[in-house]
Amino acid sequence: MIEVLYFAWVRERIGVPREKVETGAATVADLVEELKAREERYAAAFADVSALRVALDQELAEFSAPLSGVSEVAFFPPMTGG
Amino acid sequence: MRVRVQPEPFDYGAECAGFGQGGRDVGAVVTFLGVVRDDSGALARMEIEHYPGMTEKAIAAIAEEATARWALADVLVIHRHGALVPGEAIMMVATAARHRAAAFAAAEFLMDYLKSRAPFWKKEYGPDGAEWVAAKDEDETALKRW
Repeated sequence: MIEVLYFAWVRERIGVPREKVETGAATVADLVEELKAREERYAAAFADVSALRVALDQELAEFSAPLSGVSEVAFFPPMTGG
Repeated sequence: MRVRVQPEPFDYGAECAGFGQGGRDVGAVVTFLGVVRDDSGALARMEIEHYPGMTEKAIAAIAEEATARWALADVLVIHRHGALVPGEAIMMVATAARHRAAAFAAAEFLMDYLKSRAPFWKKEYGPDGAEWVAAKDEDETALKRW
C-alpha cells in the first residue's frame, strides 16, 4: 500500500489530494500506467508525464525510479516558488 | 540557519534588523524580499499551494548547500503559502557572510533554487477565472549557472 499525493492541477484533474493505492508496480512509470488504466481522470492528469514531476518520500525522483521501500509518492507540475 | 513556511504575513523590517550581526566574522548581509506582482493589471489574488513536510525539507537542503558553499555565518528563508494579494510579501531570504560577493551569490542561488526546487505552486485569480502559473524555461536554465 502506497500513499499517493497530488498537487496543483494534477490534484484538480484527479479530484482528490491524496489516496492509498494498492499496487505491485515496480517503478513510478509502472504506477502511472496502472493509474491511467483505472479511469479517464487519471489518464487526463498523466497524459503528458514530461509536464510532471515526482517525489518519492518527499525527495525529487525520476519516473524510472523503483518503488520498493517507498511509502509516499507525490505527483505535481513543475514548481513555481519564490 | 532558519527556515519558516507559514500562511501568516511576516515583518520584513523586524526580520532584517539584527540578522547576521553581532558576530566578528560577518562583513556583509544581503536581504531579498519577494512581492506579489500584478502583470495583467487584473490580478485579484494569488493562492500558493505547497507540500507540507517536503517544503521545509527541500528549503533546508537548499539553505544547507548555500551555507556550505559560501561559508555563510547565517541564512534565513521565510516563504508564505495560502492567499496573497498584489503588493503583499511572499517570501524573503537573508544571507550573512564575511564578504559581499558570497552574501550576494548565496542569496541569488537560494532564489534560483526556491523558484524551481521548492514544492510551491501559484494559482492566479482574476476576472476571467483562475489559472496555474506555469514554470518558465529560464527558471530551469538559471540553475545551470550554479
